[in-house]
Amino acid sequence: MFQSILNAISALAIPLIIVLIPIYGYRKGLKVYEVFVVGAKEGFDVALRIIPYLVAIFAAISVFRTSGAMNVLTWALSPVTGLIGMPGEVLPLAFMRPLSGSGALGIVSELVQTHGPDSTIGRMASIMMGSTETTFYVLAVYFGSVSVTNSRHAVPAALTADLVGMISAVVITNIIFG
Amino acid sequence: MINIIWLGMIVIGVSVASIDCLIDFTNGTLTWNPSLVPLVDLTTGVFESVKFAVTLAIGLVGIMSLWLGLMKIAEKSGLIQIIARAVKPVMIRLFPDIPVEHPAMGSLIMAIAAGMLGLGNSATPLALKAMQEMQKLNKFKETASNAMCMFMAMSTSSVTIIPATIIGIRAAANSSNASEIIGPVILATGISTTVAIIMTKLLEKLPRYRYPEQADAQEQDGSVELTTGKEE
Repeated sequence: MFQSILNAISALAIPLIIVLIPIYGYRKGLKVYEVFVVGAKEGFDVALRIIPYLVAIFAAISVFRTSGAMNVLTWALSPVTGLIGMPGEVLPLAFMRPLSGSGALGIVSELVQTHGPDSTIGRMASIMMGSTETTFYVLAVYFGSVSVTNSRHAVPAALTADLVGMISAVVITNIIFG
Repeated sequence: MINIIWLGMIVIGVSVASIDCLIDFTNGTLTWNPSLVPLVDLTTGVFESVKFAVTLAIGLVGIMSLWLGLMKIAEKSGLIQIIARAVKPVMIRLFPDIPVEHPAMGSLIMAIAAGMLGLGNSATPLALKAMQEMQKLNKFKETASNAMCMFMAMSTSSVTIIPATIIGIRAAANSSNASEIIGPVILATGISTTVAIIMTKLLEKLPRYRYPEQADAQEQDGSVELTTGKEE
């Protein structure tokens, strides 16, 4: 029941968005096709812009994994990650996520590429990436923009939310796809 | 920090492979077994990997273009305003220190609505505008107000409706159902945003995080007279 609701949301979201946004734009008098193309042009830039980050992370992860260091780390941390049902391979993502969005995207891409997008690891990494944020970056930029130095409880609150987001991603993946 | 992690992965990886070149540690026993194979494998692996990185990024172009095109229509047609209207009643309750008619409330609502739509590039300026407006209501300019902390927690756990980039990455890697993660992502961010809101409300009352009292305001900061609206 719960699972079929989530599946329905996943299946319907894109078709609904693809049809509703242009209809709404048209009713507001937009030249929808032309506006779409203007936006779509940025797609190429986005993909090109992430190449250096992907290459940097792919290279580092490749070295780390082919050498066997990843196996050692996964094995050493398995008592902790095993508790919540997280495969050790996903753990580097949990460390990278709050620090660097492009770095984390690199890790997700690498996991999806290596283990397959429809594997448990691939799904868990995707869901974790989608449900957490680059917390430290956001904190630094937002507070920095107004020169606030005493951030009070913002950091603990944000990091708790991050941790909960990650654990939720692990648990939800295991329940739905496990 | 990211520099250390990145460098660490490479240094540790090359070190482990080098040790592996000298001794064989399979099956739990260490045997002296000089061989260059682990380092050769490492080199081949790196070259293969960076090739994948580029293939993947190119595969992402289609979906990113589709998404950014749709988002441009959403932006130009004022769809954000519709979402803003829907979230307003909730926002008023979450940010009790901000007067409803103050510009800070308007920019907060817009920033959160843009975040929900995943309008990355347009969301950041809106968020910075919201921070500036909240700073005008802030009595202690170097200390984050309750409203700022709430906004921060909600931003870092932002409710995402469509994680477009990840769907693109999955599609580029030939997923049989790239968008199957949408439902789970909405659920997980829903949970983390709820926790973010509860944590912020709980923590702001703790002595060590309490907002400075009005009494010290004059000493620390002369700009008290600039503030308007409801104050604690």
